[in-house]
Amino acid sequence: MYDVAIIGCGVVGAATAYALSRYDMKVVVLEAENDVAEGATKANSAILHAGFDPEPNTSMARLNVDGIALAKQICDRLDVPYKICGSLVLALSPEELPHLQHLYDNGIANGVPDIHLLSAEETLQREPNLSKTVQGALWAPSAGIISPWEYALAMIEVAVRNGVELRRSCPVSNIRKKDGVFSVSIPSDTVEAKYVINAAGVYSDKIHNMICKPSFHIIPTRGEYYVLDKNEGELVHSTIFQCPSKVGKGVLVSPTVDGNLIVGPNAEEVGPEDRGCTAAGLSFIAETARRSVPGFSLGDSIRNFAGVRANVDTGDFIIGEAPDVENFIDLAGIKSPGLSSSAAIALEVIKIFQKKRVLPEKKKDYKDGRKKIHFKQLSAEEKAKLVHEHPEYGRVICRCETVTEGEILNAIHSDVPARTIDGVKRRCNAGMGRCQGGFCGPRVLEILCRELHIDPLQVLQDRDGSYVLESETKQGGKHHV
Amino acid sequence: MYDLVVIGGGPAGLAAAYQAYQHGLRNILILERDKELGGILNQCIHNGFGLHRFGEQLTGPEYAGRFIKMLNDTNVQVSLDTMVLDVTPDKKVHCVSKKEGYRIIDAKSVILCMGCRERTRGAIGIPGTRPAGIYTAGTAQRYANIEGYMVGKRVLILGSGDIGLIMARRMTLEGAKVLACVELMPYSSGLTRNIVQCLQDFNIPLYLSHTITDIQGNGRVEKVIVAKVGPDRKPIPGTEMEFDCDTILLSVGLIPENELTRQAGIEMDPHTKGAVVYENMETSIPGVFASGNVVQVHDLVDFVSGESELAGASAAEYVEKGEPESGRVLNLQVGDGVGYTVPQRVRMGNVDKNVTVSFRVRRIYGTSSIVVKSGDTVVARFKRERMTPGEMEHITLPRVLLEKAPQDTLTVQAEEAQKS
Repeated sequence: MYDVAIIGCGVVGAATAYALSRYDMKVVVLEAENDVAEGATKANSAILHAGFDPEPNTSMARLNVDGIALAKQICDRLDVPYKICGSLVLALSPEELPHLQHLYDNGIANGVPDIHLLSAEETLQREPNLSKTVQGALWAPSAGIISPWEYALAMIEVAVRNGVELRRSCPVSNIRKKDGVFSVSIPSDTVEAKYVINAAGVYSDKIHNMICKPSFHIIPTRGEYYVLDKNEGELVHSTIFQCPSKVGKGVLVSPTVDGNLIVGPNAEEVGPEDRGCTAAGLSFIAETARRSVPGFSLGDSIRNFAGVRANVDTGDFIIGEAPDVENFIDLAGIKSPGLSSSAAIALEVIKIFQKKRVLPEKKKDYKDGRKKIHFKQLSAEEKAKLVHEHPEYGRVICRCETVTEGEILNAIHSDVPARTIDGVKRRCNAGMGRCQGGFCGPRVLEILCRELHIDPLQVLQDRDGSYVLESETKQGGKHHV
Repeated sequence: MYDLVVIGGGPAGLAAAYQAYQHGLRNILILERDKELGGILNQCIHNGFGLHRFGEQLTGPEYAGRFIKMLNDTNVQVSLDTMVLDVTPDKKVHCVSKKEGYRIIDAKSVILCMGCRERTRGAIGIPGTRPAGIYTAGTAQRYANIEGYMVGKRVLILGSGDIGLIMARRMTLEGAKVLACVELMPYSSGLTRNIVQCLQDFNIPLYLSHTITDIQGNGRVEKVIVAKVGPDRKPIPGTEMEFDCDTILLSVGLIPENELTRQAGIEMDPHTKGAVVYENMETSIPGVFASGNVVQVHDLVDFVSGESELAGASAAEYVEKGEPESGRVLNLQVGDGVGYTVPQRVRMGNVDKNVTVSFRVRRIYGTSSIVVKSGDTVVARFKRERMTPGEMEHITLPRVLLEKAPQDTLTVQAEEAQKS
């Protein structure tokens, strides 16, 4: 019997697991996919929003501003790449200027630090590659960029190291409650827990409805993106927004923590699994983004992707115990700024447990913190020393991103080990560069086989069913030996 | 201190190192990322290599083997499984390997021979989901020919580059069904001989002026939608065809691999995406040369070898005699219908008899001329029966003609013959 079962291991589930792992309780995290951070967490704008978008007095407003402050602390502690680069919301016509004022007022009410309005000249001084049609901008220096999957991974890794149990490939099919104990059905097993936390992203309404009365409806909303080569990464140095529309924060152009440029998203209501890009969507974001940053080259695109965010018909995050089912806690409808808010959302769970007076003592032997080796970022002397001590860092596997065998081994043998080629990619960047794994993919596959003692035909690219190799050739896999 | 460090042990690096040795350099080091020399040739087990150079049809490994054998009789040193991380303008080469650790190697001259890489799905923005089963042709080739695995059994090929065409035949011979080869342009970007030998001989349809408009599938590719495109290369609604397949191979172009070049601060050419080079393959940093696909993507390895021999000989000359006398410098510019030129600059003081210029045209030309102009003056004119973007063009400009150029710029352009 577990104290808590968390359903879903996106950034919200991971943050919650991390927060709870400090306390002396038995926690299990049930993730439907074969790896963590596979939903909206891995496919979003990767922005730490300053917090002027949400209307004052919403959960979103409060948790965004608190969440970004917490995120910075956690990233420092857990060695997660982030950068406080600031953000600009542009007014591209005189009619949009009042909107900047509205956002400014929101920001002041929400407690966003140091925001101010810039004239057109000041804006262009800050970012010379913006459209000359810019009329002014809202500057928010506290906004930043982050590696979203690394953020989630770091938190769940530390949670697992401290005793939280993570079960992947465990979609929940049913929830029952009897005598104050939940029975959560997963493939060929049932998990019993005193508390259930619903952090199921685009499926959070379905999970809620398994045991509670329907009270909200998730509207999965797709956003499509371009990721451009690092050649383009210097085009802007802060996150460039346009004035938001009814459906979202509009199309942005931003540097990423890896030095690329990201362009997107649009917003389109779709099914929860509709993660495909469309020609119309891609050309829409490119055209729209060019209104603010005209000069980027789509010829330097290295990847497109689409993420489905968990928009919700209630307008605000849904955080709290379900009114009709005691001890069932929803963390639902976590749309944007969910990534920025996630750490604060997790603390809401702690507060709920405190209020219910069920929070146990903190663990005495808690091991916080995390340190990763990023070979590429070391100085020549540090590289030399590292390779001297650990020769496996002397073999570069991913040439685009300069990722070494040592880093790949770390990914495969981490607290939440990589089991797929994309799992390795998310943990150490191999395959993230402009050849997109064309070169290192076969080598990563070879290392996975060697380390996990599996056959090449069993290796997956990413999700279940995403096999890489179909069969041996007529001469078989060993003809070259 | 090495006389010469060659970065890359593929066909370019092998030929460059050997030629530098032939020209008297004795202290030469090749740094190769992979566990053996030969580069991508090792996975090219089909034949057709070496017709120009050796007058016979070799496989990729055989072609590489010839050069490796020649090098065996020299004292050229080789470090395998060694990745170069940085080349500095003062010719220090930072590299790392499991065996030898982190090294900073001083060189009197450097030749950059890093080759190229394949364009991917992201580079051309193909819509649809992102399942497994989408590979560049070269990755599929590596799996089949080096690792011994097939990436799929029902295959659609996008793009008609040579590696894609070769893989259409290879996959068919291995028992896969290649449903079609789909090319956006109204012409193939591959060699004519490969269209015939790899598609036509196996009844694989080639759809010119078509493209993929959607990819479906969650875990693995399940279905691909292909549509005809108009002259604007946009899909024409109503022309869609469905293909049930598990695999897409991309053969949509190669990009020179110039991370090190850029980091070193070497001047780049936006047309070739490679270094700007002089007549002797020297880059904007004296004593640093570049050759092979890192400079321009070649059709035939034979031409890579030729270009690299020039770089090797030039590096030897640089080490022996220092920087050549520059004299007047001519800048080559691309004119109508021409995509790029290599070299981009010619130092007259370093031109003996003539300069060979390579380039590609941007569309198909019938009976036509290549015209080299300086201002309004025609410096040279070369007749051609046919030119296509899929086949590299070469012209040889005699020194005597270059001397007559009234201006310091030369424009290379393609002209359709006047219809009479």
